[in-house]
Amino acid sequence: MSEITLQDIIKPENLVYKKTSLMTDKALSYCPGCGHGTTHRLIMEVIEELGQENETIGVAPVGCSVLAYEFMNVDMQEAAHGRAPALATAIKRLWPNKVVFTYQGDGDLAAIGTAETIHACNRGERIVMVFINNGIYGMTGGQMAPTTLPGMKTATSPYGRDIATMGNPLKMTELVATLPGTYYVTRQSVQTPAAVRKARKAIKKAFQNQLDGKPGVSFIEVVSNCNSGWKMEPVQSNTWMEENMFPFYQLGDLKVDGKLIDK
Amino acid sequence: MGELKLMKGNEALAEAAIRAGVDGYFGYPITPQSEVIEYLMAEKPFERTGMVVLQAESEVASINMLYGGGGTGKKVMTSSSSPGISLMQEGLSYLAGAEIPCVVANVVRGGPGLGDIQPAQSDYFQSVKGGGHGDYRLLVLAPSSVQEMSDFVPLAFDLAFKYRTPALIVSDGLIGQMMEKVELFDQIPRLTDEEVIKRHPWATNGKPKGGERRILTSLDLDPHKLERHNWHLQEKYKTIEENEVRFEMLHCEDAEYIIVAYGSSARIAQKSIQLAREKGIKVGLLRPITLWPFPKKPIDELTKKGVKGFLSVEMSAGQMIEDVKLVVEGRTKVEHFGRYGGVIHSPEQVLEALEQKLIGG
Ligand SMILES: Cc1ncc(C[n+]2csc(CCOP(=O)(O)OP(=O)(O)O)c2C)c(N)n1
Ligand code: SF4
Ligand SMILES: [Mg+2]
Repeated sequence: MSEITLQDIIKPENLVYKKTSLMTDKALSYCPGCGHGTTHRLIMEVIEELGQENETIGVAPVGCSVLAYEFMNVDMQEAAHGRAPALATAIKRLWPNKVVFTYQGDGDLAAIGTAETIHACNRGERIVMVFINNGIYGMTGGQMAPTTLPGMKTATSPYGRDIATMGNPLKMTELVATLPGTYYVTRQSVQTPAAVRKARKAIKKAFQNQLDGKPGVSFIEVVSNCNSGWKMEPVQSNTWMEENMFPFYQLGDLKVDGKLIDK
Repeated sequence: MGELKLMKGNEALAEAAIRAGVDGYFGYPITPQSEVIEYLMAEKPFERTGMVVLQAESEVASINMLYGGGGTGKKVMTSSSSPGISLMQEGLSYLAGAEIPCVVANVVRGGPGLGDIQPAQSDYFQSVKGGGHGDYRLLVLAPSSVQEMSDFVPLAFDLAFKYRTPALIVSDGLIGQMMEKVELFDQIPRLTDEEVIKRHPWATNGKPKGGERRILTSLDLDPHKLERHNWHLQEKYKTIEENEVRFEMLHCEDAEYIIVAYGSSARIAQKSIQLAREKGIKVGLLRPITLWPFPKKPIDELTKKGVKGFLSVEMSAGQMIEDVKLVVEGRTKVEHFGRYGGVIHSPEQVLEALEQKLIGG
């Protein structure tokens, strides 16, 4: 029997999945194993599936995903650190028929941009906000974030986050769920195929809400890893995330169709 | 002739925003300019022209709303007063870097810090030297009447879009609060979405079908590319300096002394000049209308003509005087006079300063 070549495998009938055209061919700048890339792809797949590639304007943050606009093949603006919800507010108000989303890290959305986040959510802007919570400042070299867990070691909490002096981790998603201006609030993850499928469904629901003109923000937190910042192997970081982050940041829907979910 | 109205400067600015076909105003209250957003909310332009008016949670948010909205090619505007404008400096730097047109009005009050709510001109440095980080310039227009509070709104938008850069309208609490007769210009229709898309191919309002997506950013991690971007910005600023200098001269033909003053100080100086001429002192006024680009040429020409001195009259401790000195280069005397911290100088005080600092000294 002759050897099977690549050409034998790449046949239309064997292709079950391909990269969305809404991701550029540029190599991702993320560390191997990082959740940012997967989440980018899910958002772009959903926008493509909903046929909104010519109607979408995305707002990138400052953080590791500052270059999201290099990878997401739609019109993009790059905001100042934390200000993405303000940009998105104006874009959506001025182009109410367009699809507008922000993509932000935990430092961006829950520290320096807290005011913009809360007020965009409270005003009920009809936008999608995707929030990558990796419990750390990945981009600047692993400093403490508002979301850093108690006892967690970072560059600015080298002996572990001491609650008495450094304050408590902020559950931003729980907070925005209580605001009347949010319509859909959910917490997801992307570390396994099953989790990816769930997260994709949530992202699709969020964008569908916006297309349907639902009143308020659709807010998706993705609890993610930062293997570099956490100083772990990618697989180890996912295990650590499941064991430490998930008990604190519990996955699942917090608010659906404007109604809080009883847990 | 357009509609005549008696209005406050702040109201004229707000009405001009509606009439200039502005698509979105985003602002946060602060004295002495809160009438702008109050007027807009009361006038309901959302019903008249479809203009969006939104009270933001802070000036940080308002300026970033201008980034987002301006980035889609729409006409966006905000106004504030000194402490609020300080909060906008981060955003202005980003807007300049990403080359997004917008109009920001500063009704200046006394500082530093919370200062007071009285008129001042102590934000000159911040306006023309770049209050935010990086090498950038803002186009700065300085109205000296309620009429110009109205007229400079469409002018600022024309310039902002022509050069894809933020434009600043810098007045002060006096012009913002005083009432004068103003001839309003006729309504300029807002552009339709289709017109915006056609006119501003750089704007991010949805990737064109079959075309390339647009990116608005001030970031480039490659220093050589960022240097090239800076060269491009500097080229643009040079073009603005060559083409957009605006100023006014009054009684300069035979003048031996020149008062350089903008905004309210220019109005006060007009009276000082009248008083001086009654005493036989030949004084003229040079009024910069664009604070940046600064009217260097007329100052240079007056210096060459041999005027005996310049008095920079500003309601500040002496900021614009530095630009006058840069042009004069020691060839003649340059002095400063001004009350500040919210105190307004009188025409008599200006004349006295002229006599003491330039003639007597
Ligand atoms: C005004 C301002 N302050 C600080 C910084 C530096 N900075 C860049 S990214 C960042 C933190 C990003 O963390 P996060 O939002 O969690 O994103 P991640 O990299 O973890 O995805 C900081 C502090 C900045 N760029 N701008
Ligand atoms: S530093 Fe962390 S967040 Fe940034 S790309 Fe690497 S793993 Fe991802
Ligand atoms: Mg982070």
